[in-house]
Amino acid sequence: MTQTIVDIRDLYVQYRTFDGQAKVLNGVNLTVKKGEKVSIVGETACGKTTTVKSILRILAPQASIPRGEILFNGSDVLKMGYSELNKLRSSGASMIFQDPTMSLNPVFTIGEQMEAVIRYSGQSGVEQKSVRHELAVKALEETAMPDPERILQSYPFQLSGGMRQRVCIALSLATPRDLVIADEPTTNLDVTIQDQVLKILKQRVEAKGCSLILITHSFGVARETTDRIYVMYAGNMVETAPTQELFREPLHPYSRALMSCIPRLSGGGMAEGIPGRLSNYHNPPKGCRFAPRCPEAMPRCHEEKPESIDVGREHQVACFLYDKDGGK
Amino acid sequence: MILTWLKRLGTYLFVLLGLSVLIFIISRVAPGDPARIALGPRAPESVVQALREKMNLDKPYVVQYFLWLNDAIRLDLGDSLQSRRPVIEDIKEYLPATLEIVIIAGIWMIAWGLLLGILAAKFTGTWLDGVIRVFSYLGVVAPAFVWSIILMLVFAYVIPVFPSSGRISLGMAPPPRVTGMYTIDYLLAGNFAGFKDAFVHLILPAIGLTFGGIAQSARITRGTMVENSRKDYILAERAYGIPERKMLFKYLLKPSLIPTVSVTSLDIASIFGGAFLVEQLYNYPGLARYGMQAVLNKDLNAIAGVAMVLGCVFMIVNIIIDIIVARLDPRVRMLGGEN
Ligand SMILES: Nc1ncnc2c1ncn2[C@@H]1O[C@H](COP(=O)(O)OP(=O)(O)OP(=O)(O)O)[C@@H](O)[C@H]1O
Ligand SMILES: [Mg+2]
Repeated sequence: MTQTIVDIRDLYVQYRTFDGQAKVLNGVNLTVKKGEKVSIVGETACGKTTTVKSILRILAPQASIPRGEILFNGSDVLKMGYSELNKLRSSGASMIFQDPTMSLNPVFTIGEQMEAVIRYSGQSGVEQKSVRHELAVKALEETAMPDPERILQSYPFQLSGGMRQRVCIALSLATPRDLVIADEPTTNLDVTIQDQVLKILKQRVEAKGCSLILITHSFGVARETTDRIYVMYAGNMVETAPTQELFREPLHPYSRALMSCIPRLSGGGMAEGIPGRLSNYHNPPKGCRFAPRCPEAMPRCHEEKPESIDVGREHQVACFLYDKDGGK
Repeated sequence: MILTWLKRLGTYLFVLLGLSVLIFIISRVAPGDPARIALGPRAPESVVQALREKMNLDKPYVVQYFLWLNDAIRLDLGDSLQSRRPVIEDIKEYLPATLEIVIIAGIWMIAWGLLLGILAAKFTGTWLDGVIRVFSYLGVVAPAFVWSIILMLVFAYVIPVFPSSGRISLGMAPPPRVTGMYTIDYLLAGNFAGFKDAFVHLILPAIGLTFGGIAQSARITRGTMVENSRKDYILAERAYGIPERKMLFKYLLKPSLIPTVSVTSLDIASIFGGAFLVEQLYNYPGLARYGMQAVLNKDLNAIAGVAMVLGCVFMIVNIIIDIIVARLDPRVRMLGGEN
């Protein structure tokens, strides 16, 4: 059996706000196996970033986690002490952020930042500056960066957006990792280089044999890059299936609605084709959070929260339509 | 980069020139005839007229200005009415005394401002943050002389641990003059008792001047650090397992220092401003007290001299601060700043 790298079980996350607690994650389940590449797709504010930030425990201070488990290589991230957590961060998982103009420290050179990350990676030999330097150069070369030595001496503002994002990719894989998390790594880039950056990311992750969680707004990107897709809606993973299968046969009404509005995706927001709005997190619907917008909602959907059920190999859906005594 | 600095130097010179015009206007255009003032009310008109011509007061203002500027550049600032000697001599005597206070106040202000700011940022939302915030409001609300009076009452009268007047104790001989700053001159002369005595005299007036500045830099440091700590690059660095302490004092502090350092020049200006009353209060023979008396006595040459010197000191403070900001911020260093 392939080893599971991340296993998120029934995770609830809420944010303290002026209007009370915003109950954002509503029992998220997510697993990633060794070497597997999964994507999370969902409209804005559905909780994608919140989900992945909780893996590294870098949620905002207003966030709290009333329930749930996040197992990373078998140990619960939420119960980790400081040193265990630091080990996870320095050598377990790494994260690439959405906006490359914001994710590098403006007043340190790329070299200083890469070497700092390498230094605390727990690898042997990194106490030596020459070793750190070599690793940094190698990581940059691997992302097809021209003239790594010059890049290392540059400050972020001297690089283009695409170069910065490649630096971030290099950084995330400069030392061995089990998992790379990329939160919309190309959204803020020029369309012309989005493809190139994604290819590099995919190629690097595969070469290092590590797992990938890719957050994206685009089914096209998800399809090209990942083996399996999670469809997220208002704090729940409503469906997950291998990429091909999801495209062939989306089951959840939300997935189906999303798929049917793919052609309009390039234009505006993802959910433009679906009537209604994302539900309010302060006062969410009692049952299925999609029920108010769902064309096939049944009375039961407004009362109970549907659990994820297996409907095929690696295919799960959280919807009463597919409940043994509910539907199909 | 050299071009940037040349440009900046040009700006400084321009500001100094502007200041000189202002001072000239104060000293010449202000009501009262300088020749008459210099000679006194009983001098005969013919003598006054002769002096007027000697002082070029009969020439057009523009000509007067350049003649005056020419003298000022050669440090000939005229005589002081109060001391009856060249203003530049007075400045040589009093400026080091004030610089001594301002330097100590500056160091004290920066150290506490940063420390309190970092602590408040680190412990955002806790009681410590609250205490520091209250202190900051007090520091900003009460002017320097109020703090100085409180310090004097508490530490010179109630618990008399510090002297409350002068530069050195009665009966102490001043050190042989090298820099004019007693602490340094005593040290140079190897007189440690003297150093200690002079230093102890500086503490209360210096600290009294810093409350506003400490409050200001603490608030700015805290604000910037809290704001930056939400930035992705800090999250990213934390997510890479860089130890918290390293994060706080290096990766978060360095980008956050820039606004604090930039306002330090204003804080130092307010230290000088506060010194006018505080030197008076501590009967401390510094340039600020000298300037204050010059104002009270309408001693125009002395006022012009003090203003000019303060202007130059500010210029130097600003240059130093610009250099530090450029060291901290590569964008300023390499692009010459956005403004
Ligand atoms: N620090 C916070 N305080 C309060 N609410 C927050 C905070 N961070 C996120 N939220 C809320 O949580 C919800 C989910 O946010 P999240 O950033 O996880 O969405 P997302 O799916 O990543 O969206 P996007 O696609 O726009 O990046 C949003 O409604 C957001 O307003
Ligand atoms: Mg997001």
